[in-house]
Amino acid sequence: MRSRWTLRAGVVMAVVALGVLVASSIAASAISSRQATTAVSGSITFDGVWTGNEAKNFQGVIGAFNKLYPKVKVNYKPVGDNLPTVLSTAVAGGHPPDMADIAQPGLVKQFVAKGALKPITYARKAFLANFSPAWVQLGTFNSKVYGLVFKASNKSTVWYNVHSFAAAGVKPPTTWPEFAKAAGTLRASGVAPYSIGGADGWTLTDLFENIYLRQAGPTKYAALTAHKLKWTDASVTAALKTMAQVVGTSANMAGGTSGAVQTDFPTSVNNVFQNPPKAAVVLEGDFVPGVATVKAKPSTDYNEFAFPSIAGSPPSVVIGGDTIVAFKDTPAIQAFVNFLATPAAAAAWAAKGGFATGNRKMASTVYPDATTRKTATAIAKAKYVAFDMSDQQPASFGATVGQGEWGLFQDFLRNPTNVSGIQKNLESSAATAYKKGG
Amino acid sequence: MTAGSVTAEPPTGVAPQAASGPGLRRYLTGTLFLLPAFVLLSVWILYPTVYTIVRSFYGRSGFDEFVGIDNFKALFTTSTLTTAIKNNLIWVAVVPAFVTAVGLIFAVLTERVSWSVAFKTVVFLPMAISAFATGVTWRIMYVQDPNLGAVNAVGRAVVDTVNPPGVLSDALPSTPQLTGSAQQGMVLQTPLRAGSVALIGLTGIPPASLPAGAAQAVQPAAKPGRIVGVVWRDFKPGGGVPGKVEPGEVGLPGVTVQLRDSQNKVVKTSAAQDDGTIDFGVVAPGTYHAGVSAGTFAKPWGGYAWLGTKLITPSLLIAYIWIWAGFAMVVIAAGLSSMPRDVLEAARTDGATEWQVFRRVTVPLLAPVLSVVFITMIINVLKVFDLVITLAPGSSQNAASVIALAMWRTSFGGVNDFGVGSAIAVFLFVLVVPVLALNVRRFRREVA
Repeated sequence: MRSRWTLRAGVVMAVVALGVLVASSIAASAISSRQATTAVSGSITFDGVWTGNEAKNFQGVIGAFNKLYPKVKVNYKPVGDNLPTVLSTAVAGGHPPDMADIAQPGLVKQFVAKGALKPITYARKAFLANFSPAWVQLGTFNSKVYGLVFKASNKSTVWYNVHSFAAAGVKPPTTWPEFAKAAGTLRASGVAPYSIGGADGWTLTDLFENIYLRQAGPTKYAALTAHKLKWTDASVTAALKTMAQVVGTSANMAGGTSGAVQTDFPTSVNNVFQNPPKAAVVLEGDFVPGVATVKAKPSTDYNEFAFPSIAGSPPSVVIGGDTIVAFKDTPAIQAFVNFLATPAAAAAWAAKGGFATGNRKMASTVYPDATTRKTATAIAKAKYVAFDMSDQQPASFGATVGQGEWGLFQDFLRNPTNVSGIQKNLESSAATAYKKGG
Repeated sequence: MTAGSVTAEPPTGVAPQAASGPGLRRYLTGTLFLLPAFVLLSVWILYPTVYTIVRSFYGRSGFDEFVGIDNFKALFTTSTLTTAIKNNLIWVAVVPAFVTAVGLIFAVLTERVSWSVAFKTVVFLPMAISAFATGVTWRIMYVQDPNLGAVNAVGRAVVDTVNPPGVLSDALPSTPQLTGSAQQGMVLQTPLRAGSVALIGLTGIPPASLPAGAAQAVQPAAKPGRIVGVVWRDFKPGGGVPGKVEPGEVGLPGVTVQLRDSQNKVVKTSAAQDDGTIDFGVVAPGTYHAGVSAGTFAKPWGGYAWLGTKLITPSLLIAYIWIWAGFAMVVIAAGLSSMPRDVLEAARTDGATEWQVFRRVTVPLLAPVLSVVFITMIINVLKVFDLVITLAPGSSQNAASVIALAMWRTSFGGVNDFGVGSAIAVFLFVLVVPVLALNVRRFRREVA
């Protein structure tokens, strides 16, 4: 689902981008400086979540690859949001594609457990040279490398209406108390502080994850993700109480509580980006501007600040990302996987916008505009990097409309005082999902 | 090939080639003609049906995990699935009856209007729209905010005429001394006597909804024997100091402030000037309280949560009946037009009222047609899916769920449990079979 928003972000950013020409010429020179080889040939079938503009941009990456390996044909099939279903069925039927990119690490884990994926240890050297160990770890399952997070998104961004902030006289806050105080001032100025897209449960889990990573720290975050820590833990209680400071007061949300529960994500963005706005702030990832369907200019109408620090937490980001995996192992596939780990592959897409990478060797000047550069490089700069929790959990708990975590956080939005009841339900739902193993 | 070539009497020019006799040849021809249909049915209907039934006895991980009837037990013990079954019962109880009734009323009425073709076309139009598009359209119409949702916009037009919204529907008190809420009105708790100054600061007012003429607020000087005061927007960029009239903060002209005595009886009122000042004039000794009545804060009607968990199923039923009423009308109208008119005339000649004609003659004669509509609707309603998944937002889908949607969500929507999903499919199949059997039997009787 999220990838669709990044897609639209790509559309907008590609239009906004002024540095595209400069950046792509950098990328092109990086590629042409290497020698093309015809020693490897073959074809690769590749099923992906990227559609539309994103698929087009990935074709650009394939084009860059073909300059080096002209005899390898990569057939990319844009499957879209139904990819998990399509891949699960294909694996069950015994005819998976050669490669795929998957937005849910939980699904990668399932495929590893079923033995459907081939390890890509041959690319480990290239990974370690270009990515930090934390990123290599994101693709490591059972102590073998199976995946490469090729495209990432920063989910620790907060977007605000510049006019609302000016009218209320508040500045982008950096700490949680400042954030809460700004909300009070915004409300007094006559605008609801928060726009919550509660009809899409994942916006609520994203908010919780950002709070939890900062408040409980990365160790507990990892433990809760793996369900080694129970949802009834005191750290979850504390995080939910912090979350209630945002979603707990009906008057603080555009449309009140009942309106927030029915607001879908695109509407929650428009609430903030339109003029006059219905709310001042929307808490979601770097793909937010691409979702807006109202006219708004960056910096003059809307802007972004990093998710505030809680109790002195260091710079932290929750990321989402698409992992490249291989179902087969051929020289052509090896060549393509190795290529995707290079800065040239990342630059081929980054220059077009709507893309962030953990590739440290890619120059940040490749990103097409200042906002993208800021949100994208924050990923590399952050001390705590955590993958979206709900994406890593069994899908029945972390990624099902109206059920598991999504459904229960919607219950929490409806009744934010019932912290312990929600925790109990989360725990029993998680226990069932983890017992079934996905 | 002419139509005669497949009848019992084959053309003589072909017959001699069938050396083994006309019986076998006819048998072979029959088989040949049936074969494509049989192959397609086997591949697309028979095989999946058998596979699904077998699959329903195995667990999540596949055919290596036999679980017996556990999946069927889950069907009646998992709360999301029991809700789906319960909802489907409501659908079956409501929709066929309503669709048939509405269709019948429309059909009978269109017989009597001169623009019947135009009317029929309009009522039938929803059938021409895909259920997916209908779901999206109704979802937009059902949005709670009356500025966006058409249904609530009509409601607001009516409700706000009866209860007009106040001038300051968003206001909040700025200091703890001012208590109450927009619903009850606000009262300044500081006791006032002759010579006091009442400070009524309000926040939460968007600049766009400030009353016309609002000017820099002024705190009036105390006047002996009188109670004066100011009601103003106690906010400037950055917040300012609550309860203090500061530069940049404006008065709220037009707001009527009431002065209440110790018995809480309104003794005087004063409307604020452009700079927010109020003056109650000379007052008798004693303590008073100043307050702003609830009417000032009355909010415009907020609309019903049609898409919320409580109303989602009725909302879906309305949209569904809207789609299918046209179908029922057309089928029933066809039945009506083929009805013997002389029977109706005879009844009228015998002195029956129009209502009696309708009840005792029209409806019984239409019974076969009505039952076709009714049974078709039962089958349609049992497998309803597309409207629910498109109309109900994610946060209401548990409350709105029906059997077919539960089957899809359990199999593909993230849970990915083909075992329980198959069990739901088998359950749905079992529910549909008796209705189908009824239909087939009736069909045969009609042919005979």
